[in-house]
Amino acid sequence: MLLGLYNYWVVVVLMMVGFYIVIAHGNLVKKIVGLSIFQTSVFIFYISMANIDGATAPILADGIEKYSNPLPHVLILTAIVVGIATTALGLALTVRIKEAYGSIEEDEIQKQDNLDC
Amino acid sequence: MVVAFAIVRMKDLLAVVMLLGIYSLLSASFFVAMDAVDVAFTEASVGAGISTLLMLVVISMTGRSEHPSRHKPLLALAVVTVTGSLLIYATLDMPYFGSAEAPIHQHVAPRYINDSMQEIGVPNIVTSVLASYRAFDTFGEVVVIFTAGMGVLALLSVVRRSDSSLNNDIFDHSMHEQHLILRIVTKMMIPYILLFAFYVQFHGDFGPGGGFQAGVIFAAAIFLYTMLFGMSTARRVINQSFIQMLAATGVLLYGSVGVVSLLNGKEFFDYSALAADPVAGQHLGILLVELGVGITVASIMIIIFFNFVGRRNNPLRKENKGY
Repeated sequence: MLLGLYNYWVVVVLMMVGFYIVIAHGNLVKKIVGLSIFQTSVFIFYISMANIDGATAPILADGIEKYSNPLPHVLILTAIVVGIATTALGLALTVRIKEAYGSIEEDEIQKQDNLDC
Repeated sequence: MVVAFAIVRMKDLLAVVMLLGIYSLLSASFFVAMDAVDVAFTEASVGAGISTLLMLVVISMTGRSEHPSRHKPLLALAVVTVTGSLLIYATLDMPYFGSAEAPIHQHVAPRYINDSMQEIGVPNIVTSVLASYRAFDTFGEVVVIFTAGMGVLALLSVVRRSDSSLNNDIFDHSMHEQHLILRIVTKMMIPYILLFAFYVQFHGDFGPGGGFQAGVIFAAAIFLYTMLFGMSTARRVINQSFIQMLAATGVLLYGSVGVVSLLNGKEFFDYSALAADPVAGQHLGILLVELGVGITVASIMIIIFFNFVGRRNNPLRKENKGY
């Protein structure tokens, strides 16, 4: 019975893995990797909602009655490209932090900031 | 999922980035299995191609090993477990996977599926929703991409190369002489990749594809060229200010399609105003809008990549000046 919900559980586990990386790791690049795992889990969530048993991809053709829901596909398609653009922005910030502090570990940056104060 | 767990454990950032690429490719195959071909296409080209490459450039600048220390892993684990179980509890009310009665399939989706052929005349429903029904959303997203590209430019753009001789970088020589086979094979592939990008761009109405994917694939071909012949050669082929102008032109093209329909007495992005026959107007509108999207995405990706690589080659020079 409950097994019909397994797609959501996969999503939750992936999301939590990404979340754990973001809060537990000090390395900024690793944090960005964690964020992108989190992001992908949301994509999988949307796409799995759009899925219908026995349906095909939403490209109209003769003799096919059931299509999966095209709306989430549109939202996620653009979200992926926006995601890479924002990831690039995050990476750019990381590079600048590395140049300014000589490190991308959170605790070392914190230490240097404390010294400055 | 296994790959995701491996990412948590790994300390070597190079391996992490490689695993992330594998993870993206796997999720792309998930998307195919769930009938989302357009999305899978995008994920495969973006996630497995471009983001891996960008991350590689970044870790080549910031060093590849991670510190072993983590702050309060137990606390973090507790937070994650609590949040996770709450979310799982929330899923108990969700509709079952693949059920056709789920609320999401009752709202606007039937209209898109049943009427889009008469109204838009484009077989790929994803394209018609993307570029016509929800054109305003997509416009917003293109602007977000544009803004992110400008942000990267502001953060990383290097002082114009006054001493370009110094810029003949590591990329240049290592690739040029040593890997003959790699160089020739890749050189043969680049035209086909470009051609494929154009096919994806203009065939998006009928099959999976469209401006977003085409832009990314086009940019990937340029990346390949840059890695092969070095930054300075690529800069000579592709003028930076020209590409910046192209990025703006793409957004402008998209926006002006909306304005033209506004001037013709219809609503913003109502393409039926573009031609006497509404369906022909829709075709024209979608074509122009997708072209705008493709131009913007491709040039923003190229700008981002050039700036990262340019930055990578420059710190040496900066230190000389600074100290």
